Amino acid sequence: MSEAVQTRKSRHKGELNPRLAAYKGVWVFIEHERGQAHSVSWELLGEGRKLADLLGVELAGVVLGAAGEETRRFCEEANRYGADQCYLMENEVLRDYRNDPFTKGLTELVNTYQPEILLLGATTQGRDLAGSVATTLQTGLTADCTALTIDPENRGLLATRPTFGGSLLCTIVTLNYRPQMATVRPRVMAMPERDVNRSGRIVEHPLALAEDDIITKVLEFIADDSRGKPQLPFAEVIVAGGRGLGKPENFQLIRDLAEVLAAEVGASRPVVQAGWVEPDRQVGQSGKTVRPKLYIAVGISGAIQHRVGMEGADCIIAINNDPNAPIFDFAHLGIVGDALTLLPVLTKAFRQKLATMKQTG
Amino acid sequence: MREMVQAGMPAQAGNSQTIQTEMTASADNAQAIQAAKLATAASAQKFDVIVVGAGPAGNAAAYTLAKAGLAVLQLERGEAPGSKNVQGAILYSDALERIIPDFRDSAPLERHIIEQRMWVLDDESYIGTTFRSNDFNKPPHNRYTIIRAKFDKWFSKKVREAGALVICEVTVKELLRSKQGKVIGVEVDREHGKIYAEVVILADGVNSTLARKAGFREELKPKDVALAVKEIHFLPRDVVESRFNIGKDEGVVIEMLGKITRGMMGTGFLYANKDSISIGVGCMLSDFMAQKTTPFELLERTKAHPAIKPLLQGGEMKEYSAHLIPEGGYHAIPQVYGDGWLIVGDSGMFVNAVHREGSNLAMTTGRMAAETVIELYAAKKAMTAGNLAAYKQRLNGSFVMDDMKKYKNLPDIFHTNKQFFTTYPELLNRSAYTMLMVDGEGKRAKENAIFNSFRERRTLFGMLGDAFKLWRAIR
Amino acid sequence: MHSVVCIKQVPDSAQIRIHPVTNTIMRQGVPAIINPYDLFALEEALRLKDRFGGKVTVISMGPSQAEPALRKALAYGADDAILITDKSFAGADTLATSYVLAAAIRQIAREEPVDMVFTGKQTIDGDTAQVGPGVAKRLELQLLTYVSRIVSVDPDKREIVVERRAEGGVQVLRTALPCLITMLEGSNAMRFGTMPDLFRAALHPLRQWDRTAAGIEDVTKVGLKGSPTIVNKVFTPTPRATRAEMITVDGGSSQDLAAALIARMGTLFPQVEKELAKRAR
Repeated sequence: MSEAVQTRKSRHKGELNPRLAAYKGVWVFIEHERGQAHSVSWELLGEGRKLADLLGVELAGVVLGAAGEETRRFCEEANRYGADQCYLMENEVLRDYRNDPFTKGLTELVNTYQPEILLLGATTQGRDLAGSVATTLQTGLTADCTALTIDPENRGLLATRPTFGGSLLCTIVTLNYRPQMATVRPRVMAMPERDVNRSGRIVEHPLALAEDDIITKVLEFIADDSRGKPQLPFAEVIVAGGRGLGKPENFQLIRDLAEVLAAEVGASRPVVQAGWVEPDRQVGQSGKTVRPKLYIAVGISGAIQHRVGMEGADCIIAINNDPNAPIFDFAHLGIVGDALTLLPVLTKAFRQKLATMKQTG
Repeated sequence: MREMVQAGMPAQAGNSQTIQTEMTASADNAQAIQAAKLATAASAQKFDVIVVGAGPAGNAAAYTLAKAGLAVLQLERGEAPGSKNVQGAILYSDALERIIPDFRDSAPLERHIIEQRMWVLDDESYIGTTFRSNDFNKPPHNRYTIIRAKFDKWFSKKVREAGALVICEVTVKELLRSKQGKVIGVEVDREHGKIYAEVVILADGVNSTLARKAGFREELKPKDVALAVKEIHFLPRDVVESRFNIGKDEGVVIEMLGKITRGMMGTGFLYANKDSISIGVGCMLSDFMAQKTTPFELLERTKAHPAIKPLLQGGEMKEYSAHLIPEGGYHAIPQVYGDGWLIVGDSGMFVNAVHREGSNLAMTTGRMAAETVIELYAAKKAMTAGNLAAYKQRLNGSFVMDDMKKYKNLPDIFHTNKQFFTTYPELLNRSAYTMLMVDGEGKRAKENAIFNSFRERRTLFGMLGDAFKLWRAIR
Repeated sequence: MHSVVCIKQVPDSAQIRIHPVTNTIMRQGVPAIINPYDLFALEEALRLKDRFGGKVTVISMGPSQAEPALRKALAYGADDAILITDKSFAGADTLATSYVLAAAIRQIAREEPVDMVFTGKQTIDGDTAQVGPGVAKRLELQLLTYVSRIVSVDPDKREIVVERRAEGGVQVLRTALPCLITMLEGSNAMRFGTMPDLFRAALHPLRQWDRTAAGIEDVTKVGLKGSPTIVNKVFTPTPRATRAEMITVDGGSSQDLAAALIARMGTLFPQVEKELAKRAR
């Protein structure tokens, strides 16, 4: 990514190579693994719909997979979440995700049907695929975007993402290359409405590859045992702790409060880096993005790289002993005070409150 | 820069360079020989001298030794030279000139000092003296303020250019000894960590665990060290200049004592750098332990003092550090030489607290240790205690030990006479306030009131005693 | 086995701060470090060397200030280090960067065949995770990202089996050498260099290649010119219209504060209160 920091107005107004100006349409790659579509695909369709409407073009989903009902169902779902049509590439080599056939397939579709925007989820699969596709197409790719919109002057994609380790935001444009590619992390965009009655076209396109053509083989898939593991991205209530807690032992106070609220435990990057908690619990730009109903941030300063991971929460409560901490700029409720004294008291108060509600409820 | 030509590779039209380590950057023959010497020493893990520590003392020693053509290995436990060092900081030109005469050409210097202020603080006021002279503007300048992070980086670069091998992020665990007890090398915290040398120079700072483990020094006593904390506040250059009434490159030093140290034995300082201000305060560790105040609290109070706060106004604090400072004086200096070893710098407690001189003593002792070793090598003499005693003799014959001896009683006196940090500052300030207030009271009455206040607090006998103690201490 | 590891020197982003008034990045005194994710790549390459013998070459595209990162890599045990530096590389985005690195690796392979290329998962200052895949594509190497473990390597059959982190599970993949692997963080622990490694790092000549020496012919593909993405502007997020409502209780105890907070939360966010009550059952 370019490190130029100065504010720059877009040059080359309206100078897009006419061949590239013919690229039209917004595409969303529909990611799936083992029969399950990744919900980020639907979130991106929601965002893609807005972009397509701004541009006055069509929104399409892109599904690559093995021939069969399952794969077709993804196309139908894509249409239900707002796509006008869905490109479908079926081939046995696409049964499990592998970089080579998926890159070849997606680039062929792009070269044939020429979308101006291509969005993928910033998951392990999406990032693996996006980098290869962008390099093959020799086009621009912006990763981990937190906001997407269209520049009314030139119809270009404006992709916003954190920069400088998350301390600032920047907007990136891909002026003279098509398609403009972007990846977005799960849970950053809101889930759109699913219209069960909505349907759209399915455009089939073959992929001329055989298994012998592919060097990398999938020997096995070992599913995670997700019992007992943190499930932050979909948690509705999260209590998160940061460096303001002082010592790793103090993190227990976070766990205590989380237990009373039946909440997931989250953490800021510094305490994960310091080894106080597992990396799975990290909330933020380089951790998980969350959209809970309630997010309690304790001893967390609220730097941008953390903020972008949780500012979608309905209610953000911040506890910090620094009245100037940036977190108070975007939290809903705040207390300036010592976390170590407040946490146990708050835990007790919540416990009593919930017990009362349970009785009267 | 030599072209890298590989057998079988097509000749490059482009610029393929080899960045050698600084020591072989020049094609100078002597340097090439020394570089070869170092490479041999490194693979055999045996050098002429090992210097432990890359602070001012270690750098002075390593530089001097390398310049004389010896194979020197310098080991630093921090990430980079200076990363573990903290200082006010004032550079004393004289000490550095004797090592690198043309240091001014390349060293990062902040401001040369033209004005010295001494403040005695009460809670709301201070009484002080100032000395400022245009003579200090005449080059070569005698003292400069410096920022250690930049300065140490420069000094270490010079050491490497002089031909020493400097390796960081290595901690020396122990000294290696022969069966007879002679020091023959060091063992570091890495695999294959035994490195040998004819002599080891310990320049590893005030809290040298190495010296203690080796039995050269006792455990550090709280009454022999001060704990100091310091911050650097950044301000635009012109603000610094207008606030302190100085021109471009001119600097001011403010030394402070009094109520800011809450009755503990200690002092504060405030130095003007190019576009920042260094402010710090330190007290005897024994006093901190007894009083249970933290150094951080002390610094906050100092910064809040009505005379000091405006000087920092609008500044942005960008650096905070703390360190121990040797304060034990002459009586705390340990044995500084032995069979195969020498001690220099803070490790040997070479700090003259009264005059705030530590870094120049560090550089000077480092240089003297190096000169001793160079002479012995030239004369093909062994590095025995008997021969290395010449180091101590050098010290004795110089200002180093002269000054240390002169002030040898001061630490003890101040330890047991806290009135110098509380009562007197108060009285002096109150007196000045009284005299300067024009309130209808006659001057004679005021003078009497002042004298009585002194006598009440200290008694006539006490004051005479104080004067005598001070006179004895300084003589 | 000859492995090439691509590293990047980055500012320690945990220490970067923004000036509250001017909004500029305060990079002074922020130490430069090897991108932490790259260390896992380097360690894995060193482990392959431990097992199979051979050599580890570390490369980096950067300004001359990036030298310390390469020396550090030597100190960990790498055998050779090359800095690819040229004024024309400035302003490069990930596409231009992968172009330069791929060219350099091709050049290295002319000197000595390359069996593996390693990169870290992503950089802490760019966070895009795009350069590894880009280099693989350009060199036509099989790409294995988010590798958590190398299961086995058969240098004779030229095959490698790895475990790769995917959503919801781990893929076990087999592919042919040479390939490019991006290592997942936490997959190994960086070793402590030995004293001989440190000596070598201090004495070893660091190689420096400019554009031509790195075998780069097409100038339009490097630096700013070769970067499809352009940073349009950099900014702080717009402050929300209203700051957080601060809960205070004059002269109150922590208990009072806690009670006030819970009460206010219930008033402003009744759905949140309902959610909590639901879970308490």
